[in-house]
Amino acid sequence: MWDYSEKVKEHFFNPKNAGVLSTANAVGEVGALACGDALKLMLHIDPVTEIILDARFQAYGCGSAIASSSAVTELVIGKTLAQASAIGSRDIANHLGGLPVEKMHCAVMGYEALQSALAAFRGEARRFEHEEGALVCRCHGVDERVIEGAIREHQLTSVEQVTARTMAGSGCTTCYERIEDILVRVTAEALRIQEAAQIAAEAAAAQAKEPAPGTVTLLAARPRPAQPRAETPRPASAVAASSPLTPSSPLPPPSAGMTNLKKIRLIEETIEDLRVYLRKDGGDCELIDVDGSNVLVSLTGACVGCQMASVTVSGIQERLIAKLGIPMRVIPVGRNAHGL
Amino acid sequence: MTAIYLDNNATTRTDPSVVEAMLPYFSESFGNASSAHSFGASVGEAVKAARQQLQALLGAAHDHEIIYTSGGTESDNAAILSALEAMPDRNEIVTSKVEHPAILSLCEHLEKTGRAKVHFIGVDKLGQLDIEAYRAALSDKVAIVSLMWANNETGTIFPIEGLAELAKQHGALFHTDAVQAAGKTSIVLKDSAIDMLSLSGHKLHGPKGIGALYVKKGVRFKPLIRGGHQERARRGGTENVPAIIGLGKAAELALAHMAEEQGRVKEMRDRLEKAVLQRVPNCLVNGDRNDRLPNTLNLAFEYVESEAILLHLNRAGVAASSGSACTSGSMEPSHVLKAMEVPEAALHGAVRFSFSRDNQASDVDRVIETLPPIVEKLREMSPFWADAEKKTNDKPVFA
Ligand code: FES
Repeated sequence: MWDYSEKVKEHFFNPKNAGVLSTANAVGEVGALACGDALKLMLHIDPVTEIILDARFQAYGCGSAIASSSAVTELVIGKTLAQASAIGSRDIANHLGGLPVEKMHCAVMGYEALQSALAAFRGEARRFEHEEGALVCRCHGVDERVIEGAIREHQLTSVEQVTARTMAGSGCTTCYERIEDILVRVTAEALRIQEAAQIAAEAAAAQAKEPAPGTVTLLAARPRPAQPRAETPRPASAVAASSPLTPSSPLPPPSAGMTNLKKIRLIEETIEDLRVYLRKDGGDCELIDVDGSNVLVSLTGACVGCQMASVTVSGIQERLIAKLGIPMRVIPVGRNAHGL
Repeated sequence: MTAIYLDNNATTRTDPSVVEAMLPYFSESFGNASSAHSFGASVGEAVKAARQQLQALLGAAHDHEIIYTSGGTESDNAAILSALEAMPDRNEIVTSKVEHPAILSLCEHLEKTGRAKVHFIGVDKLGQLDIEAYRAALSDKVAIVSLMWANNETGTIFPIEGLAELAKQHGALFHTDAVQAAGKTSIVLKDSAIDMLSLSGHKLHGPKGIGALYVKKGVRFKPLIRGGHQERARRGGTENVPAIIGLGKAAELALAHMAEEQGRVKEMRDRLEKAVLQRVPNCLVNGDRNDRLPNTLNLAFEYVESEAILLHLNRAGVAASSGSACTSGSMEPSHVLKAMEVPEAALHGAVRFSFSRDNQASDVDRVIETLPPIVEKLREMSPFWADAEKKTNDKPVFA
């Protein structure tokens, strides 16, 4: 059974504003029987002041779906249209004292119903639909196309990177394997396209260098015929190994235009800036040493063992590379070493 | 208010006499069953005795046909993987769409990795296997058929012995996941066409983390876990002696209580079913009421979602389940009910009550009292209920 906060239980067992609102002039409906959850949010908005005078709901779904629906009504009553439009799913979850990550989609449902109701009041249509079967991460409502797009656009190579960009996989993690599959498929496709282009370019180049008539070549440098490619996609590990961020990739020598002292100062500054964010999440990162292009750090607190640790490391690395303009590799070391 | 436990298909209370039987094997009888000295010898004897208790429960011809495992999942995995290895000229598997995830996810994995072609046979509205599709899938390419004896969510019992005979006609091995059936319905493996059978300790008032795989004498078997020569080299690893003793004791008790399960327990279950159907409209029973485990009742309530019902029930001191415990952490509706084509309105509203010999008649009274108002309250809140065409339930079979 889910670990619900007292506030969630209170809203579930004694929902506020449940029922039909006969004076409603804005209705938002999301979800369906087939999905296992649905919410009909009814608002009575003063057309002159644009203040939400009353709100009621009817909901079908699990404990947090009902609690989220109840919370939405409580949040919007007395608010202006503008204030209500600014309410996000996080606000709904926070109002409930948090929701289990696996149930965050219930707060999203509350948000979507609210947006639909407000859009209906303005005479617009707002739809939140996912193509059938395309929804990969239910916790965060991320579908296949979004994940594929992120992988292509940012050349992502690991599930952690996909999670960092799209949120998919940062909840119950049941979608982890599906994300991995998408990653393998999209990367293999990209690789195929790249190789086909390369072969075509080589062929074109070779044709341009076609020997002049009369010349005899013993070993003609003919373009290689396109190798039939194995249909099986490369395993995830092979894909990951091709990432420029993984420690096995060779790094070019550090830029000659920077003194060691300057480099270390810059690294210190960058890490110092990042620590503010890490500490907010209960973690920390300390610079231990700089060895050529290797930056040794010690991760502590929530950063260690956190499923996002590798995201943290690659995040720091990206920042350093951007700031210093030279290739850098961040390696967690020490008592709390991650992955060493 | 004492809490009422009606989730026995998820796990059962370890019987006190099972615990008692296990205790000495943690302390004074700590020897390794495989050791030659006196410390080990007595333990070895006890492990053998437990094997005989399991042999009796399963009606097996020989005690050495029983291999101890870590539980149902390991037994299921071992059976299927062994068959693929032992029959290298065959690479097809036949199973059903309503199996436990221990079978389904393994089969899906084998299919995905190209190691086997899998036929997932569908079921009808009662959860009974589509026999025609089953016959059609059988061929001499099939290495193993794996079908559950009884379904964990609905209790529907497959005609396992007959299904096994059909498989034999094509030379395929036949495995059954009897994790829910063992101890609740009579099983006689001797002279049957069943080659392998899985069971699990904690489903029959035994300890968790122990199970068994029956492998008929003469069936080629390739171990899943290789190591020492334990279990006649069919499952490596030092024996989990206390758990084995507990499993043996649990098997003995299950056999002794089987008549009661099929009588008193069934009566309680049927009384609950009848009362709820009478009091709550738009409610249906999932499963084959003529061929079902005596302890299982799966009710689906239209236009409400099961977790909401369970939370209310839990507050009223009643523990039930929305289906299989292994999947209740996910938001997907039950694969079993989906395969049975349970109508959309009821698909998310299924609640499973599963009894055991620990339950009392007063437990049923309490559910009859608490459940109908919960469903009513939730329906009042549902956006679909007002528009729903209210109907009365089909006449219950046991009315
Ligand atoms: S489905 Fe839960 S994290 Fe994606």
